[in-house]
Amino acid sequence: MAAPDVFDQRDEDGIAIVLTDVPADESLAGVREAVTLCPAAALRLVTV
Amino acid sequence: MTHIVIVGAAAAGLAATEELRRSGFDGAITLVGEELHAPYDRPPLSKQALDASWDAARLHLRNEADLAALNTVFMSGRRAVAADAAHRTLTLDGGEELAYDGLVIATGVTPARLDGIDLPTLRTLEDAVRLRARLQPGARVVIVGAGFLGTELAAAAAMRGCRVTLLDHGDSLLARLGAPVSRHVASLHAGHGVDVRSGVRVAHVDAAGAELADGTYLAADAVVACIGSTPTTWWLEGSGVPLDDGVLCGADCSAAPGIVAAGDVARWFNPAYGRLMRVEHRTNATQQGAHAARTLLAELDGGRGEAYFSVPYAWSHQFDTRIQVHGVALAGAGTEIVAGSEAEGSFIVAHHAQDRLVGIIGINARPRDLRPWQAQVHAEAALLTATLG
Repeated sequence: MAAPDVFDQRDEDGIAIVLTDVPADESLAGVREAVTLCPAAALRLVTV
Repeated sequence: MTHIVIVGAAAAGLAATEELRRSGFDGAITLVGEELHAPYDRPPLSKQALDASWDAARLHLRNEADLAALNTVFMSGRRAVAADAAHRTLTLDGGEELAYDGLVIATGVTPARLDGIDLPTLRTLEDAVRLRARLQPGARVVIVGAGFLGTELAAAAAMRGCRVTLLDHGDSLLARLGAPVSRHVASLHAGHGVDVRSGVRVAHVDAAGAELADGTYLAADAVVACIGSTPTTWWLEGSGVPLDDGVLCGADCSAAPGIVAAGDVARWFNPAYGRLMRVEHRTNATQQGAHAARTLLAELDGGRGEAYFSVPYAWSHQFDTRIQVHGVALAGAGTEIVAGSEAEGSFIVAHHAQDRLVGIIGINARPRDLRPWQAQVHAEAALLTATLG
């Protein structure tokens, strides 16, 4: 899965879990890809 | 000013547009899409979107602010009808001509039709909305075709209380995924009351139902065709863009000078498998769209694009079963269950071709169990790429 330091998956149902809601800069590319690819369109990345 | 035109405004076209801007491209971008909607997601159309309580607005891939930030001219409800690769122009319906420096072809696929039979199918939001209205409890629904789309639609209809008949031309559901997966999916559907019929052909359809080749008549309130699709390349005939079951691309997704292709319509040389491939899955649309955009920018800059190395990923959700496919299930590949069992309803199937692991399929597999296999599929693909140089 994209950005393994930011996301994990629940074992029972495979639902993605967000481990940190302020990802480090070096994870940004992976997080962007995850946002674009999320099958449930449930992710959003906001720059603050 | 440099002008890039993207034809096709779904997942691949949107990914290309975003990647152009993210890479700092400051020229003009025109995104041409034949549908009237802003870019939306298709996988839910055969799943959640068929539930009447589901809000169609959730399909949108980007909100208005995100789209506005792309500083792109959206030509929605328009289609390209011709192109001229040598002169870098394309013609839109209505006769308008667009000149481009770079072109991204992302026109996807068009649902196949049964010979001479005009049946509803499922590709667009409108298709889903029309179909949803007919999936009333007790409605008799006949689905022709038992690939991902047909089986997902059968599950969605059965869950809404319809009486579903699933017609399969071949002898097993999701045949390409191998026998254990086919058996699981068949018993899953049968267990939810779906009447699965294999090895049948539809001869005739009328307003009241469908007649099979053996003379059986199935009365139905709705008959839907889910029998595959063909790349939408009719508009490129004679354009100079190479076509062969899709837009024929090199490893970097380039098809001709100043032209790249991505998504369902693109057939490219995938170094991960050492062969030409065309992938009709959602994840690929986004990844390849972005890659094709980078290749185009490299070329406009006088350089060359990098090879698009891809281990495809696909998923399906039917009733309470999750199917995940990493890599490919090649025809004739040897399959074996490597973890779990059919009896438990949770297992992992490995696909091998010439002693090499080419794909892994999880049926209700725990992510923790699937991950090492997934990593191995990637490692084998990387190894082959290295061998090919």
